[in-house]
Amino acid sequence: MENAEHIEINQTVDHLFRHEAGKMVAVLTRLFGFPNMEQAEDIVQDTILRALESWRFGKVPPNPRAWLYVTAKNKVVDIIRRQQVRHKVENEVSFLLQSEYTLVPAVNEMFTEDEIKDSQLRMMFACCHPSLSAESQISLILNTLCGLNVHEIADAFLSNDETIQKRIYRTKEKLRNEQFSLVLPSPESMPMRIETVLKALYLLFNEGYHSSHPEKLIREDLCEEAMRLTLLLTENRKTDQPHARALLSLMCYQSSRFNARLDEKGSIILLKDQDRNKWNRFLIEKGNEYLCHAASGDIMHEYHLEAAIASVYANAPSYADTEWKKILELYNLLLSINYNPIVALNRCLVIGETEGYDAAIRELEKLNALENNYQYNAAMGEMHFRNGNPADAKRFFSVAIGLTSSGAEQELLMNKISRCEITE
Amino acid sequence: MEKFIYLFRGRDNDLQPNSPEAQAEMKKWFNWIDALNKSGNYVAGDPLAKNGKTVSGKKKAITDGPFVEAKEIVGGYLIVNAKDINDAVELSKDCPVFDTDGKVEVRPIQKM
Amino acid sequence: MLLFRGGNFRGLSPELMQHHMQGWIQWMESMRSRNILLASEPLESAGKQVTGKGKMIVDGPFAESKEIVGGFSIILAENLDEALEISRGCPIFELDGTVEVRPVRDMSI
Repeated sequence: MENAEHIEINQTVDHLFRHEAGKMVAVLTRLFGFPNMEQAEDIVQDTILRALESWRFGKVPPNPRAWLYVTAKNKVVDIIRRQQVRHKVENEVSFLLQSEYTLVPAVNEMFTEDEIKDSQLRMMFACCHPSLSAESQISLILNTLCGLNVHEIADAFLSNDETIQKRIYRTKEKLRNEQFSLVLPSPESMPMRIETVLKALYLLFNEGYHSSHPEKLIREDLCEEAMRLTLLLTENRKTDQPHARALLSLMCYQSSRFNARLDEKGSIILLKDQDRNKWNRFLIEKGNEYLCHAASGDIMHEYHLEAAIASVYANAPSYADTEWKKILELYNLLLSINYNPIVALNRCLVIGETEGYDAAIRELEKLNALENNYQYNAAMGEMHFRNGNPADAKRFFSVAIGLTSSGAEQELLMNKISRCEITE
Repeated sequence: MEKFIYLFRGRDNDLQPNSPEAQAEMKKWFNWIDALNKSGNYVAGDPLAKNGKTVSGKKKAITDGPFVEAKEIVGGYLIVNAKDINDAVELSKDCPVFDTDGKVEVRPIQKM
Repeated sequence: MLLFRGGNFRGLSPELMQHHMQGWIQWMESMRSRNILLASEPLESAGKQVTGKGKMIVDGPFAESKEIVGGFSIILAENLDEALEISRGCPIFELDGTVEVRPVRDMSI
């Protein structure tokens, strides 16, 4: 194997093909309308195929992205000239495509930086249509905007190809039947629609962040995609809402710990034991920046508070120096806006730091709805252990083990049970 | 001007190397290529030896000899400049391979 | 001369296509950096065929996809066996493709 330093390998940008595929599908679906989405996807697939055929002989063009766009544009114009668009669609651009005076300029315009971003935004809103389930929304986002195929999506969610295939097929069919063109929601419905999109992106991020998928890179990819799309929202005047920025901030803080959460064997490292030198400072700074910019307008949204909580954790110099009281205040505020049992549970753990473990246990006992929840039992176990009750701790940890299918979490719990046994 | 490749296929000529027939054959090729060069169309080209090896599939199985699944083996290639494919086809008409009932496959070389 | 056939990547996801392409680029670079790659070109799939004394022209492609030459390389090697060894580094095999390795005929008198 040649020494890499001596080879000028033309490194094509990471994920270039699938990111550009996502962008081009959005652009072409906007151009041709939803009924022609399949044809749009075919054109994009063909374009990338041609790139592979040609570039594999070592001739990667100096501007790969531009090459892809030129190839796709030529194909589009050719198809239109030969009257080979499969379904007739009337939308805001269709008349421009009918005359040679306007065809090429219109197509070129669609491939400008701003229009590409606009098309992706429109596609995001279409994918997150309120009539679709959260899973459908996320699967569609990954398939159309992120360039992942059915197998890759199934793999990421530890699901099977057939389930995802059916889900995507049905969702696209629904969109085909109900929408003709990709448009941004009206100003009146925008707030509600943005909410749906943010929720989907949040879920997507969590899928990556809390995933038990064996391969770290896939988990990071999902988080990265969620962040990339959330960023897109903040870059457009019409969609740049304070809580979108807050969500982006939250995602930055959480991603900053990616390299510190697991050890070389893939075992979980708890926050208090993480090597903070492995935290990504750039992402923490970005989180701070976005949180700052999110502090506008009069509405306090959950994402603001979640980001604020994450901010206190991320900016603490050490676990011991974390401002627990501040975090507790934020949790109280968060729960007053929107009660969520898991958030309440996390608050109990903070009480452990501010008022002691006895108090934490008493607070946890109030959450009896969570009796059969993995995190509840793990938290109870942890509080009892730190409070000096290994027997009780072991009891809860043993229940918790049966409630999770994650190998890494089971391993963590086994270790804790062993420590209980040593202390007994 | 665009680049095209000619892939020559035809009956195996069993001419003895250095025989008068072989030399006559070589002269024909030489003349044709020389003409292409003078007209500014010739870029490169080589005849191929009859032997070779083929590597196939995931297991990289090796078989002796040229690619057997094709009906005729590729005997050589030429790369030319031409205005378009029809021009390239026209330029191939004087190729000696036709005298022995052979074929020329004309394919555009993918541009960058 | 190396003649590349098959190795169909139609069904692959964009991510996998990129991964595959990067494998090719690395293989080509490894030859280039050793100064043994003299030429290397991809071919368009459509073409024409001129046949026989009658010089009849037919539009292509005129064979099954696994028979069509997708591209070629001209490399320098000590002998056929070395050329063979070099060709084994090509990613086309991962997708069930074929490489035909043929010596350029030595026309010396």
